[in-house]
Amino acid sequence: MTAPIKDYLKRSTGFHAARWAEPVVCEMTGTGRRGIVFDDAPAPTLPGTAMRKVAPALPEITEHDALRHYLHLSQMTMGMMGVSLFGTCTMKYNPRIGERAALEHLRNLHPLQDASTLQGVLELYDNFSDFLCEVSGMDQFVFQAGGGADAAYTHACVTRAYHASRGELQQRDQIITTIQTHPCSPATANTAGFEVITLTLEENGYPSLEQLKSVVGPRTAALMVNNPDDMGIYNPDIKEWVRIVHEAGGLCFYDHANFNGVMSRLRARELGFDACMYMLHKTFGAPKGGGGPAVGAYGCAEHLVPFLPSPLVVKDGDSYRLDDDRPDSIGRVREFWGNAPQVLKAYAWARAMGAEGLREAADISVLSNNYMDKRLGEVRGVTRSNPDITVPRMEMTRHSVEKVTQDTGITIFEISIRMTDFGIDALWLSHEPWLVAEPFTPEAGELWSKEDIDYWIDVFEHVVTEAYENPEIVRTAPHNAPIHQLTTALDEPDQWATTWRAYQRKHVS
Amino acid sequence: MTRLGLIVNPVAGLGGAMARKGSDEPDMVQRAALAGRDLVSPVRAARALRAFQALSDAPVLCGVVRPDGSPDMPLLSGAYGTAQDTRDVVRDMQGQVDLILFAGGDGTARDICAANAGGIPVLGIPSGVKMHSGVFARSPERAGQMAARFLSDTAQRTEAVEILDIDEEARRAGRLSARLYTVARTPLDSSGARQNPKAGGTDPVGEMDATLASYARRMRDDTLYILGPGMTMAALKQRLGGGTLLGVDLAQCGQIIARDVDEDALLSAIAGRNVRIGLTVVGGQGFVLGRGNQQISARVLRNAGLPPIDVICGADKLAALHPQELTIDTGDPALDAEMAGYWPVMTGPARHQVMKVVP
Repeated sequence: MTAPIKDYLKRSTGFHAARWAEPVVCEMTGTGRRGIVFDDAPAPTLPGTAMRKVAPALPEITEHDALRHYLHLSQMTMGMMGVSLFGTCTMKYNPRIGERAALEHLRNLHPLQDASTLQGVLELYDNFSDFLCEVSGMDQFVFQAGGGADAAYTHACVTRAYHASRGELQQRDQIITTIQTHPCSPATANTAGFEVITLTLEENGYPSLEQLKSVVGPRTAALMVNNPDDMGIYNPDIKEWVRIVHEAGGLCFYDHANFNGVMSRLRARELGFDACMYMLHKTFGAPKGGGGPAVGAYGCAEHLVPFLPSPLVVKDGDSYRLDDDRPDSIGRVREFWGNAPQVLKAYAWARAMGAEGLREAADISVLSNNYMDKRLGEVRGVTRSNPDITVPRMEMTRHSVEKVTQDTGITIFEISIRMTDFGIDALWLSHEPWLVAEPFTPEAGELWSKEDIDYWIDVFEHVVTEAYENPEIVRTAPHNAPIHQLTTALDEPDQWATTWRAYQRKHVS
Repeated sequence: MTRLGLIVNPVAGLGGAMARKGSDEPDMVQRAALAGRDLVSPVRAARALRAFQALSDAPVLCGVVRPDGSPDMPLLSGAYGTAQDTRDVVRDMQGQVDLILFAGGDGTARDICAANAGGIPVLGIPSGVKMHSGVFARSPERAGQMAARFLSDTAQRTEAVEILDIDEEARRAGRLSARLYTVARTPLDSSGARQNPKAGGTDPVGEMDATLASYARRMRDDTLYILGPGMTMAALKQRLGGGTLLGVDLAQCGQIIARDVDEDALLSAIAGRNVRIGLTVVGGQGFVLGRGNQQISARVLRNAGLPPIDVICGADKLAALHPQELTIDTGDPALDAEMAGYWPVMTGPARHQVMKVVP
């Protein structure tokens, strides 16, 4: 948790984001300007046909100007250091020591080195696999997938390979999921060639056993679900779900995107699951988004290990090697062994937390969410998903401002934008399709202090009050941001430019 | 020069305050006057107009009554606000305006579309009791802003939306069900300004295109297809040579072979045939059978030996249902009970969503 700050609200009084007329970095170029000049830079040893004929048109800029440029940009985007309760993403502090460790220990390594010279990082992979096996009850973890969706795709491919090895792939062409499971599960199942059967929520907030039974059968290849879902509701029948799918011959995959509230409180394998996935860039404290790439740690029970992506880190006596000779493997889902620096940062975080730390973090995140849930429920016009269900929510709850919108015309998008005027990062709304109108899904995790959470809710409540009393100020927000509302639509294909070349083509010439 | 048509149905929205399901009864104005009630829609129209005029100086031609606070605005006809008054104004506006902005509810939307022979794009200022149709902006201000943006857009891009209204006959029988009346063009909205309680697809048929292509490709030559009404099904029928929006059509070997068939025609067509039924979810209440497609009756279903039913519907439309269920009402309670259960609904290519179907 962050430290309590005295007079927290005063801190944000009069907030206004920095406002620089910052050019695109390519426009800042000055011929001959350099960061560092290497007198003895070696000429590239490339075959002639691969050599550039003309130097690339990169901006020429000093190190100092480059830093100042990016500092200005970060000042105009709140520096990723506002209060962000961005739900489903489990926003955590990324300890700086992780950056330093990754830099010091990995920057001079290359994955094509001989394994005998990579023993340290291989040991780390092996240790972390053991750690996550302890957390999940699985038998082996791999860190190759470049994110949660990539890990879900890994599972779809493992499912394909598993049923093919048993001669049942032709018959088993359906993967079952639920409407509240992250959209990457159906998407990757489709990508791997399966038909997707999505179950609908029923009165308890999750699909009934009867509904599941209505679709399980000889065509079932796998079940891919999360639990709890993004609305914070835990499906207590999950063990029976797994049994029913197993009985029909399907595999079961636990998407642990919402693991934070149940860390150390359950093990996927003990619930019967064949495989699961953790997002190291969310739950395990490694950076994400602007801070770094992602890792979907995919773990499975022994019967699926032969199908895992290659290479696997294997311990031989006292040393480690990379095993690429695995005939049943699905191959690679990403280059080499995934984003090794992220694996190192997550390992450092996990070791620092330890088993007790994980449990405490899980409990705090559930407590924080239920505190938020209670306070938000007292804000005018705010309701929550499944209002009639009284079970406590886990680490997040989906709320709705549908009533506010009906009363005032102000939408959740406008509330979210107005909140940036108080130094609050944009809200996470909902995955699609929206089952709850005008949704928002805050998640405090274990990081944010009570003061932070209270400040966030105070701002939210203030903006809702504005919606009722002075809607124009909300509708025309932001007022304290570097730019106001865009007047030109971002959906104009002849205007948008996501590259310098496109910008020149559309705006300069 | 572009021009805005502004229709204000003075009685819209009155039924709400008077605890009625709508304001369709002809004596509503008089009753409102007796009850000393203020009119709702001229006030909301004035809010929309202010937002419009902040962004646009296009001239405005108004009809039925003027919005509040605009005593000098050119008025096409002054009247009491019957359905006929609305239709007369719409007729007079043909060729005169580029967009019809109206203050009213579903009933007003229906009247406008019924008289809108030239297909002028239509946009609603939410002012009615019932607003199930897709033409309504979220608020009067947004309606005005959307109208201004539309008129200043040289391309004046539009999209198709469904005009629905509560089936009054069913309501009187104690059942709530919306009925699809027609399809209208409305300004293309990518900013979420239009009322759509569940975000997502603004163009349901566009998003279903790949699903319909995949369905059409898998249609079997030895099977007779009974295809129900609705925008989604009309788009499927379009792929098969064109059919009706509101009717039940028959298809065979990739072609529509009969349009707008009634129960008798269905009974004779299905005799001795392999039959499949293709339906979509009609209206906001989740009806699959028994609303707008009563031709596919209990007799038809039984005579065809309870044929497989393919329901095709976008996931967003399913998400908007409360409760998350589909409903059937074939008129034969025993058959309804027999058919109830969990049905897969095609929501995309290689995608099905399971929905509970209740009588």
